[in-house]
Amino acid sequence: MAAAEDASRPFAGLSDVSISEDIPVEGDISVPVGSTRRDDEFSTLDEPVKETILRDLRAVGNKFVHVLYPKRSTALLRDWDLWGPLLLCVTLALLLQGGAADSDDQGGPQFAEVFVIVWFGSIIITLNSKLLGGTISFFQSLCVLGYCIMPLTAAMAVCRIVLVGGSGKVSFAVRLAVVTVSFGWSTFASTAFLADSQPPNRKALVVYPVFLFYFVIGWMILTFSPSQ
Amino acid sequence: MASTNDPFQFQEFEEAGNLLEANKDAVTISIEDDFKPEKQRKAAGFAPDGEDEDPLAGDDKTELLSGQKKSVPFWTFEYYQKFFDIETHHVKERIIGSMVPWPGKNFIHVYLRRNPDLYGPFWICTTLVFAIAISGNISNFLVHLGKPNYKYTPEFRKVTIAATAIFSYAWFVPLALWGFLLWRNNKVMNLVSYSFMEIVCVYGYSLSIYIPAVFLWILPYEWLRWCSIVLALCLSGTVLVMTFWPAVRDDHPKVIVAIMSAIVVLNVLLAVGCKAYFFSKPEPALQVENSAITAAIKATAST
Repeated sequence: MAAAEDASRPFAGLSDVSISEDIPVEGDISVPVGSTRRDDEFSTLDEPVKETILRDLRAVGNKFVHVLYPKRSTALLRDWDLWGPLLLCVTLALLLQGGAADSDDQGGPQFAEVFVIVWFGSIIITLNSKLLGGTISFFQSLCVLGYCIMPLTAAMAVCRIVLVGGSGKVSFAVRLAVVTVSFGWSTFASTAFLADSQPPNRKALVVYPVFLFYFVIGWMILTFSPSQ
Repeated sequence: MASTNDPFQFQEFEEAGNLLEANKDAVTISIEDDFKPEKQRKAAGFAPDGEDEDPLAGDDKTELLSGQKKSVPFWTFEYYQKFFDIETHHVKERIIGSMVPWPGKNFIHVYLRRNPDLYGPFWICTTLVFAIAISGNISNFLVHLGKPNYKYTPEFRKVTIAATAIFSYAWFVPLALWGFLLWRNNKVMNLVSYSFMEIVCVYGYSLSIYIPAVFLWILPYEWLRWCSIVLALCLSGTVLVMTFWPAVRDDHPKVIVAIMSAIVVLNVLLAVGCKAYFFSKPEPALQVENSAITAAIKATAST
């Protein structure tokens, strides 16, 4: 009878329960107004602009360092950004300007052509790796491919310096060596970052387009001939 | 067990194991397939019970579904993912199979096996585009090496032209061929019919022999270029002809000849056209003539 009464009134047996004072009770029971975003915790409105810009620059620089010493890591994948690839692409396109500037000749690639090749090529390679079953996201892959252009951009800068000295056979040999080394470095770096996200029996199918992409960029760098 | 009783009277038999122990050499039959008597019953036309129908219906359904792929709408990502369902060794086998025509081995039946892929055709065409552009550039450079008035230009416009030519060959010719075969299928009942993706796949892989040929064309020897073109044409043409032979062999002879010659002629046009446009011939005789003419003109102009 008593049990039936208790059952009919839920929580009836809890009326004499009290929380002792020495159990710490924590928590925030205030209802948040609007959606909380992670940026609110940083509150970038209050900090100086220099600090905001420097944080992004430090992130980009950190990724450059990871490309310089490539080992299997998720640094590029975890916080991807496209600032670095944009910076590298613009630098490369600018460095490829000013070559064989005769107006009637198709001297070198136009600025837009370099942009199209780099970005369109990266997008196609990303689509390819996703269609083959890769687990990497679209922008992560764009980020990795863009950052790994850095050795080739450095090679382009070196080539321009070498071409100032002359464009004979010796300079061609030097440029060939530099471009070959940087092309190998780029391919190696990007496969180090992308390798883990591919199914094992399709790795070669994913690596080959990356190889072709950097080969074409290396070819553009090698065949750059300055105006005379 | 033989008994003196009436054979039609129901008899209790002992367990099979005990019986076997008595006579170990006895032949035993075990019926494993429980569905067989039920299927026979169904085939005989008896109405199956409600509970018998479900396992059989399940069987039929699973059999049907395992043979056919799930159909996904073409605007989803998964639709295109099924064309990339291959592994590295598949691609290698298909490339080698397209370079080496083996009598009796139909490319589509042996290598594709109902699994056409878009990876091979796309990347082979892209590689061929860049190979033609780069090799053409190098060969032009080598031909004009040492001439004082030659300015080396990496001609990037040619990449666009090469891309247009090769990709339209790899897509529009299969489209036309597929449409034509579809039309003929309505008129003449053919046992063999190819889907559009399979035809695209064959054409894409058949272009793979041109990649090494194009790199051979860098060397400025005309005889070498023509030899490699003829060899590449023979190999890829043979593969294409052997692939499409089963699809047209029941047809009118004139149609067969028309289709086969169209396939071969288009292949020849692509190869020779690429060679002529991207690779300039070394023409020393013409240069000498030109300079002689200009010298003569200058001489007459000065008098």
